[in-house]
Amino acid sequence: MREVAIVAFGQSDHRRDSAEVSEVEMLMPVLHEVLDAVGLRAGEIDFTCSGSSDYLAGRAFSFTMALDGVGAWPPISESHVEMDGAWALYEAWTRLLTGEAETALVYSYGKSSPGDLREVLTRQLDPYYVAPLWPDSVSLAALQAQALLDAEDAEDTVADERALAAVAARSRTAAEDNPHAQVTGSPPPEALLGDPYLVRPLRRHDCPPVGDGAAAVVLAAGDTARRLCHRPAWIRGMDHRTEAHSLGVRDLTRSPSTRLAAERAGAFEAPADLAELHAPFTSQELILRRELGLGEGVRVNPSGGALAANPMMAAGLIRLGEAAAAIHRGAADRALAHATSGPCLQQNLVAVLEGDVL
Amino acid sequence: MTKEPVAVVGIGQTKHTAARRDVSIAGLVREAAVRALDDAQLTWADIDAVVIGKAPDFFEGVMMPELYLADALGAVGKPMLRVHTAGSVGGSTALVASGLVASRVHRTVLTLAFEKQSESNAMWGLSLPIPFQQPLLAGAGGFFAPHVRAYMRRTGAPSGIGALVAYKDRRNALRNPYAHLHEHDLTLEKVRSSPMLWDPIRYSETCPSSDGACAMVLTDRAGAERAPYPPAWMHGGAMRSEPTLFAGKDCVSPRAGRDCAADVYRQAGITDPRREIDAVEMYVPFSWYEPMWLENLGFADEGEGWKLTESGVTEIDGELPVNPSGGVLSTNPIGASGMLRFAEAALQVRGRAGEHQVDGARKALGHAYGGGSQFFSMWVVADTPPAN
Repeated sequence: MREVAIVAFGQSDHRRDSAEVSEVEMLMPVLHEVLDAVGLRAGEIDFTCSGSSDYLAGRAFSFTMALDGVGAWPPISESHVEMDGAWALYEAWTRLLTGEAETALVYSYGKSSPGDLREVLTRQLDPYYVAPLWPDSVSLAALQAQALLDAEDAEDTVADERALAAVAARSRTAAEDNPHAQVTGSPPPEALLGDPYLVRPLRRHDCPPVGDGAAAVVLAAGDTARRLCHRPAWIRGMDHRTEAHSLGVRDLTRSPSTRLAAERAGAFEAPADLAELHAPFTSQELILRRELGLGEGVRVNPSGGALAANPMMAAGLIRLGEAAAAIHRGAADRALAHATSGPCLQQNLVAVLEGDVL
Repeated sequence: MTKEPVAVVGIGQTKHTAARRDVSIAGLVREAAVRALDDAQLTWADIDAVVIGKAPDFFEGVMMPELYLADALGAVGKPMLRVHTAGSVGGSTALVASGLVASRVHRTVLTLAFEKQSESNAMWGLSLPIPFQQPLLAGAGGFFAPHVRAYMRRTGAPSGIGALVAYKDRRNALRNPYAHLHEHDLTLEKVRSSPMLWDPIRYSETCPSSDGACAMVLTDRAGAERAPYPPAWMHGGAMRSEPTLFAGKDCVSPRAGRDCAADVYRQAGITDPRREIDAVEMYVPFSWYEPMWLENLGFADEGEGWKLTESGVTEIDGELPVNPSGGVLSTNPIGASGMLRFAEAALQVRGRAGEHQVDGARKALGHAYGGGSQFFSMWVVADTPPAN
């Protein structure tokens, strides 16, 4: 398989409301940041791929505006997924593997502030049987969390409310070192347990902040990657899998798609020292840890993860970017990156990133 | 490094119609997918990944419908990608799927595109009021009509050319059992006297709103050897995008379209597309776009496209048949329209186009475009594997 690496990563500051800037204005500094990092202009990139959602933007073909911002002139080879940018990165990766491109620009963005995100996400459900009931995203996650708490089989997971609070406290404390995070700092888990429920058994700290944000990465192959980055984050494997949509046919305490994607990506072939998991809800981190077999020796979400900043359509790409950036600066040698989409972890992507031995 | 050759071994589409009230969105896509699998004589278990495309989610009012469609498309436990590149999406989706095979990440991929326009209203789906952004000016026709006028002025084309295209495509559609419009009593005079919608585009020169889906099974060389019917081999594929609106944009013949065509011809080793390509499935939602794209795609010199159309070269029995299937003018499930162009091109070189088969078609072009003529996707397919 051809060597492909993440060679640059940038993200915006994630904020609850960015009414004063358009999506394009939010994205542009991030695009410039990653292009400057590798010394390339948009026209010198072989392939560009983006991820976003019309439903967040509130208009059809919303991605066309972002493309105008990229400055696609002379015309560029370009594509778009209506998914989190992690899947745009996957599409770009396959393009580099064919040898048709040496470099790729991947970006994604989402502004949740103009709408009520919990209601907007109900439009993502089965349109005939489920969406008309308007079950919101936090309530669905609460169903999943309660299933986990109720599960008899808790051999390798301590799934109680204190364990959930510990995830929240650790993530938001870690986010103090992340200048882009939306929510930073946390009281200790014991204190968090005194908070009222938002949707039982989830308290506010068990849920991600709603926010606006953008992210971008540059991919490059082989020697091009070595030229553009002093320590490229090589993509050793990447895979993604989907599960059934209906919650009634899934065991919500498990994530077989994550495990399968991890297997196919080679995640279990050697231990990782860092994992960036896209777990918007605390209970989901416990589920993902179990499927990925992450022991105590693995640093999970040193960026603060999605509990500190969860810009829709970009949060998954940010996990890949944060994992790669840790490799770039020598803070990790082998990292797992995970992205999710859909209700209750329906769709999951896992990538294995490695740096050359220093 | 070498890419894996990509073969089309299965094609399926629905009978397109204004409203498929008998099926859900899931039922609609399932129908096309099952037909593609049947054509390839494969089962769901043979599919390694699913790549799905459609135009804006607002057209059906479902956000990221691929999540809900995972079960219907046999995608559970498999990778599933959702592509969206405006009107070119059907073509882009096929190209993304082909990339999975060409990179050897997957061996056999199901790709599908759909639109169920009857569950919503495309015109309003495109007309959500966003401050400081230009709406599409009362539907797509309002956006494209000025560019048609610019083409007429630039080339001196006589006003009746568009009607010739519409009359030709609608007659071709009569040979295609899956086409939406089957207007048995249409005459050239009826096209010419139909109501003016967006001057100079008349009602009968516009595409319908359709419900429909199109699916293809793409596979590698080993998969092609097992295929029961002759495969179509991909010889080139490319996407190009340019900004929507800027002072230097040529809306009559966008550079992204010219560059995209040049790239696929280079990949396919084509130096004289007019002679070397036997059939073209071109994205023509408004009749005048046939002569415009004939020039943009290099089949005619600048200013000469309308002369090819007028001379009958693009008729199904002409030297360069364009849209033997009836094209977008006869069938327009927007998200699927691009993939239909790609699939119909493949049907031609497989010799499986039935009544609208072009005799001896060995090399064909599938073409799609979208947005304000800013997204382009194309492929060239042939009846033999690529040389490398």
